Order: sequence, then structure tokens, then C-alpha cells
Amino acid sequence: MHATLDKESPFEPRLTAFVCNWCTYTGADLAGTSRLQMDANVRIVRLPCTGRIDPLFIIKAFERGADGVIVSGCHPADCHYTTGNYHARRRFAFFKELVEFLGLPEGRITFSWVSASEGQKWREIVNDATARVRALGPFASYPGTALPAFPATDPHPNSIATAKGAAR
Amino acid sequence: MRELRDLAAKLLSEGTVQVVIGWEDGPRGVRPAFVTDPAAARNLVFDERCTQNLVPYLSPRRAHVAKLGRPAVVVKGCDARAVAGLVRETQLKREDVVVIGVRCGGVVADPSSLEALSPATVADRCPGCTAREPHLADHVVGELPPPPPAESRRDARIAELEAMAPQARWTFWQEELGRCVRCHACREACPMCFCERCVADKTQPQWVESSPHPRGNFAWHVTRALHQAGRCIDCGECERACPVGIPLGLLNRKLAQVASEQFGHVPTDDPAVPSPVGAFKKDDPQEFIL
Repeated sequence: MHATLDKESPFEPRLTAFVCNWCTYTGADLAGTSRLQMDANVRIVRLPCTGRIDPLFIIKAFERGADGVIVSGCHPADCHYTTGNYHARRRFAFFKELVEFLGLPEGRITFSWVSASEGQKWREIVNDATARVRALGPFASYPGTALPAFPATDPHPNSIATAKGAAR
Repeated sequence: MRELRDLAAKLLSEGTVQVVIGWEDGPRGVRPAFVTDPAAARNLVFDERCTQNLVPYLSPRRAHVAKLGRPAVVVKGCDARAVAGLVRETQLKREDVVVIGVRCGGVVADPSSLEALSPATVADRCPGCTAREPHLADHVVGELPPPPPAESRRDARIAELEAMAPQARWTFWQEELGRCVRCHACREACPMCFCERCVADKTQPQWVESSPHPRGNFAWHVTRALHQAGRCIDCGECERACPVGIPLGLLNRKLAQVASEQFGHVPTDDPAVPSPVGAFKKDDPQEFIL
């Protein structure tokens, strides 16, 4: 990949991308098979549809250390489930206005439509979003935030599996 | 007032309803009353101290109220929108409740303060009210009082916050939300928060941290506001119930502005009008999507 995960660089953002299985994930796959070079800062979470993306996913990503989030799915009228992206569009309109009103700066969250054939567009979205978040700096150091990093040793403190493991 | 009491007594003695949910005088201002005896209907009152929305008592979560029998509920115009919301979202059948509407001239923000209605004491939502006469009601009682005083301070405060830099706004909200003790009174007081199991109570996985911690507080207040987006009927109960005075009304109002500006939706007491989340138009605005 591109030499962006440079050890010398003071800050490399971590971005989480919530993408739909049918368009953007396939588009990102196309970008990969086309050997397009792009920033390696994005971790993709594949979901069936943008309509499946609860805004809590995005909040959770920030809680667990993401500096930025990309949400992407099928273009309007292209949804595999016919209307999932229309519903998501309204939900994200509210979400975007709310988190910006709460003081999250524009640019930490990127919304886009990327179809299965738009590998090139996916590369641009990833590179642009990474550049924006890199300029904004780490989310954990955002002034006034009291959001400490999640303990890395115990990623799921409330899960039964972890409790059992600890007992053993 | 006499009209209200006579109507309540009549509904109870005729057996149309088994309980009338209204307001009565208490030791510290007015309080909710559950009148089951026609003779006790003379205790019912309605005036500018009747700030509390009584519609949450119709929520299917309130089994102890449902046990009293078929209810009649006294509503202001704003409260009637909550009845419409419950009917719209199939939590309540319209024919299962008798709605007694009262014509309203505004209520005070803090009913326990015992101060008269004035531009300084009026509830934030009242200035410019368009729902002073409930349309959904089976019976509408009382004369229409003069309109509530003053300009809305709320919209000015939102504009003021929006003019701030994002970081300053973040600091402001972190301080406000930082006081939250996660008692969830905002949820309990809300007529539209009727889920049997709230996402904030889930532990497997835990979506919202339950301790009063900045991280969980942020997640909770984003979630609460978003789940009310386009559904909030603007009764102000969440903010009034908040023991630490978080300006939740600003968040609700902000999302109401989005609903109105982007989707042309205003809170209504017509159950047939769909709420903006759960409906869509193919040409919804999408400038924010690349």
C-alpha cells in the first residue's frame, strides 16, 4: 500500500468505514483488484445495507478510538433492498446535524454513495477523508473532551466470554 | 374549570371511562390526579401551572395505570400530539381512550415556583404556539385564553450556539452533558419513549455505557435525541424532569428544525401524518453525501 503509515509521521488517523455489502464493499474490492494505491488508514466494516447502520455504530467507533468515520452505500435508486439507502439518508441527515450541533467538526464523518463500479471514487473518498481527519488531529485530544482511550487489554469488559476467561 | 369537572364526573358516572387522568392541586403546585370516583372530579383543575404532560401515563409500559380501566386523559394542544404519536406508532388505539382537550394560553416553565405566567416564567415551547386548541380531542373545554407571552428564547439560543466554533460548542456540551447522572428521568417522562427494553439498558452487547461517564453520557444523549428526531412532540417533559438541568430542549428543538427545514415536517396531532424517520422521498436533500 501507499507509504502513509509512516513511523516518522506524528499522527496517522484511524478511520472506520461502515459500508454496504452490495455497492461500496464491492467498489472497494474493485479498487483493490485494480491495484489502486490509497491511504491505508481505513478499516472497513461490511454491513448488508446502509439502512442497517445504526448511528450508535458511529458513536461506538469514536468511543473505541477511531478518529474519523466513513459511511457509504449504494446510490439512490440502486439499493439492493430497494429503499434501505433512502431511509438511511434521512437518518444520517438528522445524525449529522445533531453531532455537529454537539460540536463534532465537519469532516470527521464522511457520507458518500459509491457504486460497485466506482473503485476510483472509493479511492478518492478514502484519501480525502484521511486527509481531512489528519488535518483535524486525533479525536482523543479534541479540546474539552474527556474521552479516555478504551482499555486495550479488555476490549469487552462486560462479555461473559471475558469473565469466564478471567476466572480460568 | 367547572366544565372540565362536570364532564369528568359525567364520563365516570356514565361508565364511559373508569379513570380520568387530569391535574389537581397538591401541596407544591398541581400534580397528576387519577380520578376514579365521580365525586372526586371536583378536585380537577386546569390553569397555567398544568405544565406536566399526562400522556406518558397512556404508554403501554404503565401497566399500573392500564389496570385502572378505560382512561380519559386531559390534554393541552401540545399533549394531544403525544396521543397522536402513540396512535401513529400503534401503541394505543384511538378508540381506547377518551381525550379531553383544554384550550391553553401557555404554561409556566416551573410549576412548583408558584409564580404567575409572565414573559420570564413561560415555558420555552409556548411562545408562538400553534396548537392552543386540541383538534384530536373528543371533548374540548374552556374558553380560549389570550396567547402566551414573549418571544421564543430557544431559537435564539440555538442560533447563538451555532455561531460558535465547533470546539467551543463541544466544550459547552461536554460541560452540560458532564452533569448527567444517567437517571434516565428524561426517558421515563417522555410520552414517546415507550420501548419495553431501551437500547441504553442492553448489556449484551452494551451499546451505551451505563455509568455517568462522559463517553456513555454522549452516547446516551445522542441516542435519545435521535430516537426522538421527527417524533418529539415538544412537550418539554425531558428537560423539566432532568434533575441536573441539561438543556435537552435545545437538542430536540434543533432536530425539529432539521425535520421542518429538510423534510417539511412539523409536530402534529393528526395520527395519519407519518413521522419523517421511517418515511422518505426520493428527492430528499443529500448535499452532505459525497
